[in-house]
Amino acid sequence: MSEKQRTTMVPYPSHAIVPERDVHKKPVLEARHLGVEFGGLKAVDDFNLIIGATEIAGLIGPNGAGKTTIFNLITKVYQPTMGTILVDGRDTAGLNTIQVNRLGIARTFQNIRLFDKLSVEDNVKIGLHNQMRYGAATGVLRLPGYWKQEKKMHEKALDLLSIFDMQDLADHEAGSLPYGAQRRLEIVRALATNPKLLLLDEPAAGMNPAETAELMENIVKIRDTFQIAIMLIEHDMKLVMGICEGIAVLNYGRIIAKGTPSEIQNNPTVVEAYLGKKKEG
Amino acid sequence: MKKKNNKTFISNLITYAMVIIAFVVISIMQEQKLLSYSAKQLLVPVCVWIVMAVSLNLTVGISGELSLGHAGFMCVGAFVGAVLTIITKKTIDNEALRLIIAMVVGGVAAGLTGVIVGVPVLRLRGDYLAIVTLAFGEIIRNVLNLVYVGMDQETGALAFGFNNPNLPGKLIVNGPQGVQGITRISTFTMGFVLIIFALIVVLNMTNSRAGRAMMALRDNRIAAESVGISATKYKLMAFVTSAVLAGMAGALYAMNYSTVTGAKFKFDTSILVLVFVVLGGIGNIRGSIIAATVLTILPEMLREFSDYRMLIYAIVLIMVMLATNSPAFKQWLDIAKEKITGLFAKKKEKGDTANE
Amino acid sequence: MIRVSFLSNLINGISLGSVYAIIALGYTMVYGIAKMLNFAHGDVIMIGAYISFCVTQYLGLPAWVSVLASMLVCTLLGMTIERLAYKPLRSAPSLAVLITAIGMSYFLQNIAQLIWSANPKSFTSVVAFEPLRLFGGKLIVTDEAIVTVLTCVVIMICLTLFTEKTKMGKAMRAVSEDKGAAQLMGINVNMTISVTFAIGSALAAIAGVLLCSSYPALMPTTGSMPGIKAFTAAVFGGIGSIPGAMLGGILLGIIEIFGKSYISTELGDAIVFAILILLLLVKPTGLLGKKVNEKV
Repeated sequence: MSEKQRTTMVPYPSHAIVPERDVHKKPVLEARHLGVEFGGLKAVDDFNLIIGATEIAGLIGPNGAGKTTIFNLITKVYQPTMGTILVDGRDTAGLNTIQVNRLGIARTFQNIRLFDKLSVEDNVKIGLHNQMRYGAATGVLRLPGYWKQEKKMHEKALDLLSIFDMQDLADHEAGSLPYGAQRRLEIVRALATNPKLLLLDEPAAGMNPAETAELMENIVKIRDTFQIAIMLIEHDMKLVMGICEGIAVLNYGRIIAKGTPSEIQNNPTVVEAYLGKKKEG
Repeated sequence: MKKKNNKTFISNLITYAMVIIAFVVISIMQEQKLLSYSAKQLLVPVCVWIVMAVSLNLTVGISGELSLGHAGFMCVGAFVGAVLTIITKKTIDNEALRLIIAMVVGGVAAGLTGVIVGVPVLRLRGDYLAIVTLAFGEIIRNVLNLVYVGMDQETGALAFGFNNPNLPGKLIVNGPQGVQGITRISTFTMGFVLIIFALIVVLNMTNSRAGRAMMALRDNRIAAESVGISATKYKLMAFVTSAVLAGMAGALYAMNYSTVTGAKFKFDTSILVLVFVVLGGIGNIRGSIIAATVLTILPEMLREFSDYRMLIYAIVLIMVMLATNSPAFKQWLDIAKEKITGLFAKKKEKGDTANE
Repeated sequence: MIRVSFLSNLINGISLGSVYAIIALGYTMVYGIAKMLNFAHGDVIMIGAYISFCVTQYLGLPAWVSVLASMLVCTLLGMTIERLAYKPLRSAPSLAVLITAIGMSYFLQNIAQLIWSANPKSFTSVVAFEPLRLFGGKLIVTDEAIVTVLTCVVIMICLTLFTEKTKMGKAMRAVSEDKGAAQLMGINVNMTISVTFAIGSALAAIAGVLLCSSYPALMPTTGSMPGIKAFTAAVFGGIGSIPGAMLGGILLGIIEIFGKSYISTELGDAIVFAILILLLLVKPTGLLGKKVNEKV
């Protein structure tokens, strides 16, 4: 992406920036003083972040900085011990993973978690679970509602799979797909839940440069088509700097820098966190 | 999509066809008086164990939770169903109707027990869940061993006693001696109807939104929750559905004998059903049917080996688990497969060159 | 009078609980390290009791020799079971391992039935000295109870020292914490697991002999209920924790005896299980257990 296409980032209430186009919309995610302790160890401490309604945000940092933990806090896999998370302006205190998903947060996992033995299509249909509903009795008795909704689910699933050109793989067993396709399927499954914010945990891990380039295009395409926000954890700096509009850098569970890609690239603290302190001699 | 849908559809069709053909053939044989007395005695039990295996497979295979207390639900259904047929003997003349009512009420009672057991138990995971279902199965049996019900022969008035056999009227439930004076109204036809009912429930549930949710939770609970699927709801749904079917099977079982005691529904019975499920293939409904049938008939035919029956079951259980789950065994199997296909490939090659 | 019967129940409870505790230690160690519920553990107890029975009855050897023999046989048995049935399944889903263990349990029971028949054998107590008479003979503490409780205390101390102080004990703790990391540190994981099964099974043999000394009817199914209850005890105390197994075992023994004598003999087992279920609902990790988070 050339410099000209870059989004202008504007200051948002305090210490935060969002894309200019999102300034008048409610931010999709707001984390305030978020923190969690595991046995006295602060894995995340005083984490503050605002993500605009259609922003592509990056979360980077060295290994073990607590990036995935942030995802786990947002999706309530772990309950935060401190701070607040607002999703679309609503406090998520006391909610569980399922309720947070219904509020509009979907995610992928660093270590892929597909339903391996089920077909690709079924994986997506499981993502559609709360989007297209019918009762268990309707299913057992094969009432008209079952046929109608199953047909809609089938069409929607293929539609979503076509984002990554995967509709022909619908019958395959999910666990038998190549690694890159599994990562893409996880994204499709998450998208099926109709999220407002999509959390991608290392989406490009294990992909070759061509696949990564395609993934970058697709992430932007997903944002443009569905008008949702995407936050991603990624070690591939080309991807992060290429598509992320706002970037937060995490180290030892704290944010050490926030800003646009160019600001982050020129931030000495970030460089130090990644490469270590320069020693004389 | 079409292909996969067809595959499940055809597979289910084969299952139904298998059961229906077996029923027709056996019915004709029965009509022609080709069945021995002992073979006839087996007809209802075979149906009962098929339903037990199919229903347990919903919990173990589809929902992925090991329940070791399945006999407990069967026990509840048997007791409730048996008592109900005794009570309604005078009011409902039609035996088939009385049996159906007994099965439905027995199933509902077992289902309610399933809710009471499931709500706390399903919060636990894996091994804990297994041991607690086992405990619950034992508790249900222990408690039923202390229940006494007396019925006035004239008025039909009932008296209930817990750990107290001194009740007015004739004891129809007599603590450890169980329910006495049952009219044997179970029929093979009713057994067949129950199997078909169980198959419709389990197969249709599996191939629907609810079943997909169950399998998602089984394969990866965290991922399933991340897409908004409630573990509590669907695990409970599988557990209770399976309990209802077990209760219905229990009622059918009870009405095949003149007395039924709690001792018949011990832990061993739960394990027996588990053996059917494992041998038929976890999650494979048709396999459950075949395994339950074969393993109910076989021991009767091989009475002289009855001492070795459980021993053989145990060995087979271990072997099947090792064969399906041990990486070393799988590797060995793969190599064998490769060698065999390699052999064929070579032959084909030779054949091809020969043709040229 | 009431006080004496209370005390007598308490002593019986502690004695029974001590047996549970010894069995529970085997469960908890194996669970801690191999992360599996060794369902066949209860049946190793039964085999242990039969061996001791045979050595005293048929060979006419003294009781202490029979105990040693039964420990030896059970140790070998435990290690063999682990090697043949559990080791190949180390990476298999827990459902598969559990079903295998159940199969193993039935295998042992049926083998025992073929060898020794299903008829109960009358086990002769391995301890034979005068019971303790207190309160002018009103309260009798049996010699079996004294030996059982003492044995349990000694085992507990030895095991704690073993896991804390010895190299093997440390290896065990490391393996239970993280198998992969332990292996990278040069610990022989397979050996460690084998040793754990050996210790657990030797303890099971002792428990079998003590159990049958107090409750002399020995059958192929003798081990299954105590086995299940001991597992309950291990869960009760917090699985994986040695003091937890001890605490859980003794509490469970007391609950069972008191339930049987004050509420209902028939419901004794039901009460034990009901309390386990209640506890698990309040504290899913047991009394002294640690919570382990799944890594996401």
